[in-house]
Amino acid sequence: MVADKTQEKIILDVENLKQYFNEGQRDEVRAVDGISFQIFEGETFGLVGESGCGKSTTGRSIIRLYHPTAGKIEFDGEDVSKIKRRADMEHFRRDVQMIYQDPYASLNPRMKVRDIIAEGIDIHHLATDVDDRNQQVNDLLELVGLDRSHGTRYPHEFSGGQRQRIGIARALAMQPKFIICDEPISALDVSIQAQVVNLLMELQQKKKLTYLFIAHDLSMVKYISDRIGVMYYGKLVEVGKSEEIYNFGVHPYTESLLSAIPLPDPEHERTRRRIVYKPAVNDGAERELREISEGHFVYCSEEEVPVFQKKLADKKAQTEKVEV
Amino acid sequence: MEKVLEVKDLKISFDTFAGKVHAIRGVEFDLYRGETLAIVGESGSGKSVTTRSIMRLLAKNANVDSGTIMFKNEDLNKKDDKAMQKIRGRDIAMIFQDPMTSLNPTMTIGKQVAEPLRKHEKISKKEAMNTALELLRLVGIPDAEKRLNNYPHQFSGGQRQRIVIAIALICRPEILIADEPTTALDVTIQAQIIELMKDIQEKIRTSIIFITHDLGVVANVADRVAVMYGGRIVEIGTSEEIFYNPQHPYTWGLLSSMPTLETQDSLYAIPGSPPDLLDPPTGDAFYPRNEFAMQIDTEETPPFFEISPTHKAATWLLAPQAPKVTPPQEIVNRHQHFQKIMKERELVQKKLREV
Repeated sequence: MVADKTQEKIILDVENLKQYFNEGQRDEVRAVDGISFQIFEGETFGLVGESGCGKSTTGRSIIRLYHPTAGKIEFDGEDVSKIKRRADMEHFRRDVQMIYQDPYASLNPRMKVRDIIAEGIDIHHLATDVDDRNQQVNDLLELVGLDRSHGTRYPHEFSGGQRQRIGIARALAMQPKFIICDEPISALDVSIQAQVVNLLMELQQKKKLTYLFIAHDLSMVKYISDRIGVMYYGKLVEVGKSEEIYNFGVHPYTESLLSAIPLPDPEHERTRRRIVYKPAVNDGAERELREISEGHFVYCSEEEVPVFQKKLADKKAQTEKVEV
Repeated sequence: MEKVLEVKDLKISFDTFAGKVHAIRGVEFDLYRGETLAIVGESGSGKSVTTRSIMRLLAKNANVDSGTIMFKNEDLNKKDDKAMQKIRGRDIAMIFQDPMTSLNPTMTIGKQVAEPLRKHEKISKKEAMNTALELLRLVGIPDAEKRLNNYPHQFSGGQRQRIVIAIALICRPEILIADEPTTALDVTIQAQIIELMKDIQEKIRTSIIFITHDLGVVANVADRVAVMYGGRIVEIGTSEEIFYNPQHPYTWGLLSSMPTLETQDSLYAIPGSPPDLLDPPTGDAFYPRNEFAMQIDTEETPPFFEISPTHKAATWLLAPQAPKVTPPQEIVNRHQHFQKIMKERELVQKKLREV
């Protein structure tokens, strides 16, 4: 899906982002502890990890729902944390939208669907008159696979999957460039998950959108993402192309996470062995994300780079052997 | 194999302001000793209502319109509340989805684990506590002795689910009903809890009814699988038969809408949404979403067609007059795999006979 490497433009550049809560106090929580990654225009970047690892916090810091403790977030060449003027902030909030996890809690139950979708249009004065506003809403409803007559109803009249579509329409009303999807499918049934994922991918093609896709369901993330970042306790431990991470993840935590996913295949399940992750003892070595092969980064010390490189080569050689 | 539970022609409806909701429309299944039966289906398909009716834990507006639930040669539907209280927790126990809300926050966990024993058996406090301690060790709570006097909030989500399992198992029930026991947990914790349940099942030979919507989990735990849709079981068979030789179009849809390692192009999505059980469609409830639907699907409810002695599915596609259809690619692959397994098995059988 990603075009030629040379043409790739970085749309979001996160550098050494730190997000601490209760800073300096005894109950300080380092939710995000110095992570760096880039997202290219038009791609889907998946962020995975178990609950409490800081993946949602990262998403919220990017859209500036929190003030980052340290670090730099650059969107489209502009430092997000330095935005001061109201007009600039409004502009930023139009470009970056968010889709939330819980389709039941994220829609105001006392507003009609039309007004929910048009709220942003009203705030940013994007419609010339009432007819234009209604036209925009109707177009959005149809775009996400709903009927225009649904605009006059209230959220409780819809199923989970339909509500998530309303949430998507609301985000699209701003004509954003970048959408943060915070576990948009984990509250939905299996048969509906596929519908919503397909819709998101179709919209990405149509509207040239960039996604940050936050989830804990690894198999779905692998399917939708071009690249994946694996998070553990506030740190990114591995970043790379989704195929590469899924098939040849080398960081012990990635391996453990992958080995825990049950697949709908009884034979695979009978032979699956779970790998238990034991965090490395702090030996004082300076660890950070280091590139072990092109586009594949692992959180490790300088000395560990060749170790991981060998591991990666071994894994690749092994699959080739099986295929032959 | 010995049957522990036999459910026949179960029909349950709920009175609501909007009218009668027909949640269960004729469910039948057996549960054998020591097996794990998984019930899968999306929300509203009736899987939780089925199991709650076995425990007789349905809301006040529920009516059991017909059906029998035979347990130890007695119909649970005919028991009065007093008799049910003796069965719940002792013969049939239940684990709920959310370990955060199913424990009492004001009681120490030692007391909570020992409670079923104290209620059901004449046993001293001390003895009950000792058994509780044993159970907590069995489910893998570290330092169990010290933690007997702790409260639920002092434990993590995974640990709380372990405690809930300990409570359910302390009377060594014949049947354990697990209603989405791992849905609220992370994958790594989920894997631990499933391993624990399998391990314990081997030790005390309980039968388990495992409700979930995660087919991956089903593939891991189940001996047999029942697929529910619109208040009915639409396909039931051994785990191998359901995953490698599925016959109902809904099962096809479920299996192909999950990405596997090989999924490359667009994911298959079942169109539409689940049926409205206020006014259930005549015929096959799945027909509005079924691309293989025929005229008869809109008119008559399909009966069960037997594929093997252990495997049956309710779809008109299996009728002798039905046209042959090609299922989605993902399913074709699975069917091919099934044929391969069967062939290999035949060869082994042949060799065994020769020997």
